[in-house]
Amino acid sequence: METYIEVRWHGRAQQGVVTAAKVLGEACLRSGKHVQAFPEFGPERMGAPVRAYNRISDEQIRLHCQVTEPKYVLIADPTLIPIPTVGVTDGTPEDAIFIVNTPKTPAQMRKELGLEGKGAKVFTLDAAQISLETIGRVMPNTPMLGALAKATNFITLDALVDNFKENYAKKFSPKVIEGNVAAMNRGFEEVKGE
Amino acid sequence: MAITMTKGQVGLTGNSAVAYAMKQINPDVCAAYPITPSTAIIEDFSGYVADGAVETELITVESEHSAMSACIGASAAGARVMTATSSQGLALMWEMLYIASGMRLPIVLANVNRALSAPINIHCDHSDSMGARDAGWIQIYSETVQEAYDNMFQAVRIAENSNVLLPVMVCFDGFITSHAIENISLVDDAEVKDFVGEYNPATMLLNTDNPVTYGAMTLPDTYIEFKHQQSQAMSRSKDIALEAGKEFGKRFGREYGLFDSYRLEDAEVAIVIMNSAAGTTKVAVDELRKQGKKVGVLRPRLFRPFPFREIANALKGIKAIAILDRVDSMNDFGGPLFNEVRSALYDLETRPKVFGRIYGLGGRDYKVKDALGVFDELYKVVETGKIDTLTKYITL
Repeated sequence: METYIEVRWHGRAQQGVVTAAKVLGEACLRSGKHVQAFPEFGPERMGAPVRAYNRISDEQIRLHCQVTEPKYVLIADPTLIPIPTVGVTDGTPEDAIFIVNTPKTPAQMRKELGLEGKGAKVFTLDAAQISLETIGRVMPNTPMLGALAKATNFITLDALVDNFKENYAKKFSPKVIEGNVAAMNRGFEEVKGE
Repeated sequence: MAITMTKGQVGLTGNSAVAYAMKQINPDVCAAYPITPSTAIIEDFSGYVADGAVETELITVESEHSAMSACIGASAAGARVMTATSSQGLALMWEMLYIASGMRLPIVLANVNRALSAPINIHCDHSDSMGARDAGWIQIYSETVQEAYDNMFQAVRIAENSNVLLPVMVCFDGFITSHAIENISLVDDAEVKDFVGEYNPATMLLNTDNPVTYGAMTLPDTYIEFKHQQSQAMSRSKDIALEAGKEFGKRFGREYGLFDSYRLEDAEVAIVIMNSAAGTTKVAVDELRKQGKKVGVLRPRLFRPFPFREIANALKGIKAIAILDRVDSMNDFGGPLFNEVRSALYDLETRPKVFGRIYGLGGRDYKVKDALGVFDELYKVVETGKIDTLTKYITL
């Protein structure tokens, strides 16, 4: 099988997980990787559960199926965890890494995820609060990207920040760029894991 | 659209890439009525129009029937014309598709493959374009974002060739390709201009020095001659498509043939499959090759015209072949690809064993394990010399 990293993002519509997957894909591409970033579309309504995915590889990616066994799972909205049809832990391997937007501790989250005694690593950060303080509204996806850089080694914080500054300078005002960069930095610094 | 440039590559969705190709081609007219999952093509392209990045007259109409009608009018008037649609949109264009091809108008349409209602579904299968397979349009299918982008330029070259003059449909998978960001290499604007060239139609409605009639009434004394000429043009377009794919490769390093052969040379068994699922099947092939199994994939690109001799030649010597359709003809006899490939093999001296499988309707996932399952079935056919089930559904 081809060697690649697979990431699954869980959130609710309008929380920015589709954009997060896009930004992660772009930052990895900028680091010379081959990438895929794609959302899973269902009913389009605000607040509906949404999934988005990344595949990242050193080689060309030929697979065009869903990501069903992701090693990396990012949960932008912890209220999705108890919903069986969302299935945040579905298909994850023993050494999976979970990053959850929550003020709770990694130990508390491990329990809620049903991963007690399992080999998976659980990271938490209060991404909602960070984004409120840096961007001015709840946009958990941006601090979570910073947290991903800390919790894993397939993307660096610099690559994320540089990509964002370069690619979104036309779309956003300098103030918005600055806020998002601060959110990534704080996500990187404040994420805790076990 | 954020374009990230690294090692000459950018990350774009299929829709954004195709809209960017349209921007580079800069057609005279684009008439469209957006529909999921092709909406973003026209959304991006209308941005280019608003920004003055293209000189295109964008006609926003009230239905796909009108979109194709406006494309036909503009093309007959002598314009280079493009549009995009999906699913019900293509279905609503039906009547006009035949008029575009019958009037020999080189319109280029990007069709983002999506299932047809009912029940309603926005996801990928090939029911839409396969339903239009006899509408007289050249059809080119694309595996990746890169290929969808590249095919747009080749489509213009093929359509406008004076030995062809037929409309071309470039097909790629809804959501899987249209909404996925992948690495692609963009072609330089000036090189695009040079590759597609200027469009100088020999005849057009607006040339009053050489007045002509398009789509006039024809009775039994002439209609069949028109159709015969159209049929001959379709036949000639195969070589023109081949030339366009070769020329594209010479200029930009990515050569395209009538179909894509993957590890077929010494294959004992093979899968024939179109668009994005071919990539997943290639991964399965590599897995089995590591175990010493001689397996391969044939991915048709040009479905109209259907290069039956070339496909038969590529598949001769293979013991068993599975043909996978992402569409059901609802005929109790397998999908269109199954029927046409199987028929193409009839004239071979030693005919391979062939069965058809229908997969992935309405966006149902097709995974490596599904491809491996089909290869398993193929090996059973080779061992027993018998096909248990000629056609059936998989990925249920």
